[in-house]
Amino acid sequence: MNIAVVIDSVPQVALPSKSEAGPAPKRIVVAYGFWIFLLSDIIMFAALFASYAVLVRSTAGGPTGAQLFNQATVAIETVCLLVSSYTCGLMSLAINSRNRLGMYLGAVITFALGAAFLTLEIHEFANMIARGATPQRSAFLSAFFTLVGCHGLHVTLGLIWLVVMMVQVAVIGFVASVQHRLLCFSLFWHALDIVWVGVFTVVYLMGVSP
Amino acid sequence: MMDVRYDRAPGDIPREETQAWALSEALIYTIGLLVALILTATSFWVANTSLLWQGGVGLGPAVLAIAQMGIHLVFFLHITTGPDSTNNILALAFGLLIVFVVVAGSMWIMADMNQNMLMPSAEPMASPRGSRSRSSVKSVPH
Repeated sequence: MNIAVVIDSVPQVALPSKSEAGPAPKRIVVAYGFWIFLLSDIIMFAALFASYAVLVRSTAGGPTGAQLFNQATVAIETVCLLVSSYTCGLMSLAINSRNRLGMYLGAVITFALGAAFLTLEIHEFANMIARGATPQRSAFLSAFFTLVGCHGLHVTLGLIWLVVMMVQVAVIGFVASVQHRLLCFSLFWHALDIVWVGVFTVVYLMGVSP
Repeated sequence: MMDVRYDRAPGDIPREETQAWALSEALIYTIGLLVALILTATSFWVANTSLLWQGGVGLGPAVLAIAQMGIHLVFFLHITTGPDSTNNILALAFGLLIVFVVVAGSMWIMADMNQNMLMPSAEPMASPRGSRSRSSVKSVPH
């Protein structure tokens, strides 16, 4: 059979395929690249989770998680981060509809809740260190401070990033590149919340059960 | 030519999804927040309750956490099974594979090594070495 006849008999779709359409728009390429970065970040957290799970019983006679952790604080931290993830989502909707007031409102609430989370966490760390539970005390505490501290460091960087983005919107407005960065920020913030779900489950809920 | 089917950026809400479900985009986030709050509350309750069998208490929060991560992925990051999301899903699946290998592999290996370190006496260590030396002596040709 003639090849041309075969090609003619294939029903032509109205839309060109991806290979015919050329490279994807920059928004998709940027967000996909950032998605890959987030997955590599999550793999780094997986290594920290693994070391915590291995070392959780190695308290060297020092304080255990059940003696140190306060679940009420953790519950408040969890709600803060969850609601800030929600307001971050609403902020990205306001960005897509070019609603400047809604964006600033979402950013302020997201920042306030993130800062509240960070304050509670620093307070918790200071409390533990004051009671002698320093990272040097035991392998369990080293793993705990590395894992939870690394998440807290990510939240700190996210807050700085959010302030920088607000300055960029105020100075240069809703340019395409600024919108791409804001999309990446919301991806980062949602991913941090997913990591926190793992932290509060593995460290604070499963770690204290005998 | 304008309506090319490109992939979808992770985090973007597909337009056909909101049209098909007749949901506003804010409502999708709100549903996700409510379900996540319910799962979090259940997780804290399960960890502190005495109603459940104590051996299963550790498993409850783990299952609820995996469910909540799924809720976050679907309602906050808008990961779908649609064809325009295939690349995002494939990257996520590969990431999850590596996460599983790192966590499960580390715990398995370290538990195994821990068990070997806890041998009560030197006797089990000595016997294989003795048999190996004996067999090596036997195998030397004269």
